[in-house]
Parts: sequence; C-alpha cells; structure tokens
Amino acid sequence: MKNRLGKWLLSWPPLLYLVLFFLIPTAIMFVAAFRFPGDYGGLAPMYYYEEGKLIWDLTLENFTRLVEEPIYFELFAKSAWYAALTTLICLVMAYPLSWLIARSAKKYRDLLLLLVILPFWSNFLIRIYAWMIILGPQSAFTRAVNWVWTGMGGEPVQLLFTPFAVIVGMVYVHLPFMVLPLYANLEKHDLSLLSAAQDLGANAWQRFWRITWPLSLPGVFAGSALVFIPALGMFAIPDILGGTDSIMIGNLIKQQILDTRDWPFGAVLSIMLTAGVLAIAMLGALIARKGVKRG
Amino acid sequence: MALLEIRNVVKQFDDFTAVNDVSLSVEAGEFFTLLGPSGCGKTTLLRMLAGFEQPDAGQILLDGQDMSRVPPEKRPVHTVFQNYALFPHMTVRENIAFPLKMAGWAKDKMDAQVDELLEDVRLTEFGKRYPHEMSGGQRQRVAIARALVDRPRLLLLDEPLSALDAKLREEMQLELIKLQKEVGITFVYVTHDQGEALALSHRIAVMSRGQVEQLDIPENIYGNPKNRFVADFIGQCNVLEGTVRAVDGGTMTVDIKGCGEVRTLAVPGVTVGQQGWLALRPEKIKLDKELSDLPDEAYFRGRIHDCLYLGDVTIYIVEVADGVLIEAMLPNNIPGVAKFFDDGDIVEIAWRFDAGSFLTE
Repeated sequence: MKNRLGKWLLSWPPLLYLVLFFLIPTAIMFVAAFRFPGDYGGLAPMYYYEEGKLIWDLTLENFTRLVEEPIYFELFAKSAWYAALTTLICLVMAYPLSWLIARSAKKYRDLLLLLVILPFWSNFLIRIYAWMIILGPQSAFTRAVNWVWTGMGGEPVQLLFTPFAVIVGMVYVHLPFMVLPLYANLEKHDLSLLSAAQDLGANAWQRFWRITWPLSLPGVFAGSALVFIPALGMFAIPDILGGTDSIMIGNLIKQQILDTRDWPFGAVLSIMLTAGVLAIAMLGALIARKGVKRG
Repeated sequence: MALLEIRNVVKQFDDFTAVNDVSLSVEAGEFFTLLGPSGCGKTTLLRMLAGFEQPDAGQILLDGQDMSRVPPEKRPVHTVFQNYALFPHMTVRENIAFPLKMAGWAKDKMDAQVDELLEDVRLTEFGKRYPHEMSGGQRQRVAIARALVDRPRLLLLDEPLSALDAKLREEMQLELIKLQKEVGITFVYVTHDQGEALALSHRIAVMSRGQVEQLDIPENIYGNPKNRFVADFIGQCNVLEGTVRAVDGGTMTVDIKGCGEVRTLAVPGVTVGQQGWLALRPEKIKLDKELSDLPDEAYFRGRIHDCLYLGDVTIYIVEVADGVLIEAMLPNNIPGVAKFFDDGDIVEIAWRFDAGSFLTE
C-alpha cells in the first residue's frame, strides 16, 4: 500500500506539468478554432448577451476555409514530404554512423557519442545562421559546387533560400535524434547471431538484411519518430534558410498567429498538425509493437 | 581418405599459442570429441574448422580440399553455438529454414525439409513459436535442427549442453547419440565435461595447452591413460609415484614411493630404474576388513582416512603409509547400508597387476 502511495506521489508532478502545459493549451487552441478573430487580432468574445439572452458566437468557418482552399492541403503535403525526406536522409546517414560507434572499442564509444551531441552545446539559431554563411552565394562551398556544375555545362545555381537549403538544415539539426536511439539499439545486438548467420551460409548483405536490420527496427522507428515529428512542424529553418517557395506548415501557423493575427485559423492549422502527428505516431507505435512482439 | 584432416595446425594470439601443432583426422560418420579444460585450445580449433579463425600454420582439409581460403559461409560445415544463437525475430520454422533460404531452395522443397527436421527433433507442434517462448532444451533442439537442415558434411558442437541442468543434459546426450546415428553426419563435439565425452563419442582427443595429449576410443582414454594429465583429467584416479625395479616379460615390478613393491603390466620401452607414476582407478581397487589370499595382486593394509558418500558409491581414502593416500570406491549395493567403514578403521586393499597403468610422463 505504502509503495502504491509513493508511486502516486511521484507521478503527480509530471502529470500536473502535462495538464498545465499541454492539455490545457491544446484545449484552448481547440476552442479557439471555433471562434471568430478579434478586430485587432486575438479572439473575438465567445459569447455575448443580447437583451439579457446568452448567445454563443462560434463558427465552423475556419474549418471550411481549410477544406475549400487546396493550397493549405498542398502545404501540409509538402511539409510531410520535407519531413519524410529529412527522416530518410537522417536514417541513411545515421545508420552506418551508429553501427560504427556501437561496434567501436568500449573506451571510445562515450567520446564518439559526445561528439554526436556536441552541436547541442551551441544555440540552435546560431547553428542555422552558420548554414546561411556556408550556403551563401559567396561561400567556398557554393563556389566549389558551381565550379563543378558550370564545368559540366550547367547554369550557376543558388543554394541558399531553396528547398535544398531547408533539407540540409533540417537533416543537420535532427541527425543526433536519429543516431542516439539507433545506437542504443545496435549496441545491444548479440554478435553471435551474426556469426551464426555466417556459419549457416549468409553473406555480408544477407547478414545485414536478415539479422541486423530487422532487429534494429525498434531503433529505426524511435529515431524516425524523433526526427519526423519535430521536422513536420519546423518553422525556424524554412524561415532562415528557405525561400518563398519553401515554406512549411509551421511557417503558415506562425504567420497566421503573429502576422495576419488570425488566431482561429492558426488554431485550426495547429490542430490539424497535431492530429496528423498523433495519427502517424499511433501508426508507428502499432508497427513497433508488432516488431517488439517478434523480437 | 578421412573426411576431415587437420595437419600441423598452429594458432597464435599475440604471444599465446592457443593451438600448437595439432594433427588429427576424423572419419565420415564419426562422433568425435575434443575434450580438455578451458584454455586448452579446443574451441579455437573448432573455430578454425568453422572458418572464423585462420590457422597461422598447417592445413585443414575437408574431403581432401584445403579449407584455408574458404570463408565460413561457403563451408559445408555448421556450428551449434553454446548459447544457441537462435534468431529472436524468427519463428522456429524460420530459424530452421534459414540455411535453406540462404542457399536459395524452392519454397515447397524447403517446407518439406523443415518439416522433416522438426520431426527429427520432436518439435513438430512448435514451428510457429518464437525462441523466447521455448525452454532451454527445446531451443537446443532448434539450434541442432537448424544446423542439420541442409545436411552439412560436418557438424560442430561447441559445449552445446553446458547451459542445461543435469537431468536435461542426460536426456539430450541420449538424443544426440540417436540423432547422430539417424542422420549419419559427422559430429565434432567440444566439451570440458569428461563424462559427456565418454558417453557420447566414438573417439576422443584429450587436449591440454594447445596440444593433443591422447587420441583414442573412450575405453582406452579411461582405461589406459597415456600420461598423468589424461589420467588426472578423466575421472577419479590415484597417481602413485614409483621407480621400476625389475622387468620380467609381460610384467614389471614398481617400487611405489613410501609403500613398497607392486607388480604391474610392462610398458614397451620402459626399463629398470625408470621413474614414473602408477595410475589406478578407485573402482578397480578391492577394499575390505580382511581380504582372502590374493596371489596375483598388490596388497596393502591401511587405515580409513576419509569417506566421501556420493549416494550410489562411497569413496574411501585409505592411508597405506605415512602420507600415501589411495582412493578406493565401493558401490553402495547392500540395502540399508550407507557406509561400510568409518574413519580410523583398519582395512586391507588390493588390486590386480593389470588394474593400473604405468605412466612415464
């Protein structure tokens, strides 16, 4: 009994935290989605009294606007595509790196992991601005790219303020979130399974594809979720590195709330984004559970 | 020509010689055991047969073909690993089918072959289970089935029973013998358990410090150990230091240090004055309050120094002279009697001249 009481007490602070800073704000946003914008930004009153009678002033207009104008759907699709591409590139880059760290001598592993998370020590925005310089038209990198490109007969290209720059920035920022769960998984692998597979006739590719890869799927799913979800709602990177053609849903939400000051429509977009992420996360959990059952 | 031939194989790890000039051959259909304490090189030798290690010198020939440049996945040799190494994300069926899949078998042929193996190891109903849903003994059988499914020329078993409890181990021993007879595949078995080696093998190579100490059938390994290491390592053994006093045709007289002279079988090449050891199994020694006259036997009188009650037998440690202890073993074959003698009892012991063997090294 005492033990159970202890557990209750311990679980209260985080529960309270989530209620205060997640559940209640989400509820506010949800209600805001059905309200009218205020005349000078913010929200119009939810209800008013007319001749002593309470009248609710709510609407579905914000939702119909979302559905009726295909541009919003396209923006959602584009954001999902950017996030998926970021996730895929992160996975392809992080997998060999994680494998290498997991297989390196124990005394080097902590150091290598430290190097992976080292970028977190400096501010996120500063690191993104750094990419502005790297990808800028006068940078050595851009000039080298153009030198090769024009040498091959192409027209000079711009790197900054393009979808390319956005993807580069997003991959750069999210890579550690893919490396860490993958490493945690790969590090636990029983190497005798690979010996057994080799002994039973599997070549290097078959050993990877039949043993290492399926056993690493929980790590792949965890890393993909940690990259895809924040990437989907990202606004700072498209803002700084992207051009007008590479804005994402996060930018639109920010624009609606801060610039256009149409809070209700911003709330609708936020809710749709949250719902989309939730759906994807549930799907991922479902697949992961299937994997865990087998593993 | 032997199926497997190991010629002067040497394997060195830094300055440690794991396998030192080992030569032996294994016949097709044989159950061959490498027996020795940990660090004797038996596992390294096995890993060289599987292809996970390369010999620094010497040759390994399988069916007359040099294996040195053949990687593990290309050898017609499979291993049953000590921890089974079953693939946790595959069902029992998928585990067993793995080698066939790698070899590109057609689905229907593969299914039939897996069914056959499941039957061989009595796991027909367990095909859809995952390894973690099975007991240790069942996992062991899956590992064996998986390694036998594509009929390798050679099956290597690396202490496969060491993770099982005693009762199950005995069952699995019987099953292994039966299975090996049924499939007719050559087994090379590595163990440090001498009882297991004696029970299972057609022939045993006793290894120590990277070398083969003795290679023979189990009866001879136990009955005629070639040197003190083998005598000591296999079963209980009295090793009594002595000097040869006379050689007379088929027998010779050895003066056991602190005891006196006994007659024993002559050993070719051993001459008068040679120092050595008489190896004597406890169960070959007679022990009683009084023994009737024994013309052909060594005979001593002594005092019970200690008793070890083991259930089926009791080992009596008899002090026959100052500091000379001889172990004798008597079966507890009389109902209600757990011990025939007590500490301090005066007893007589004797053994036939051909009961022991004289070792020179």
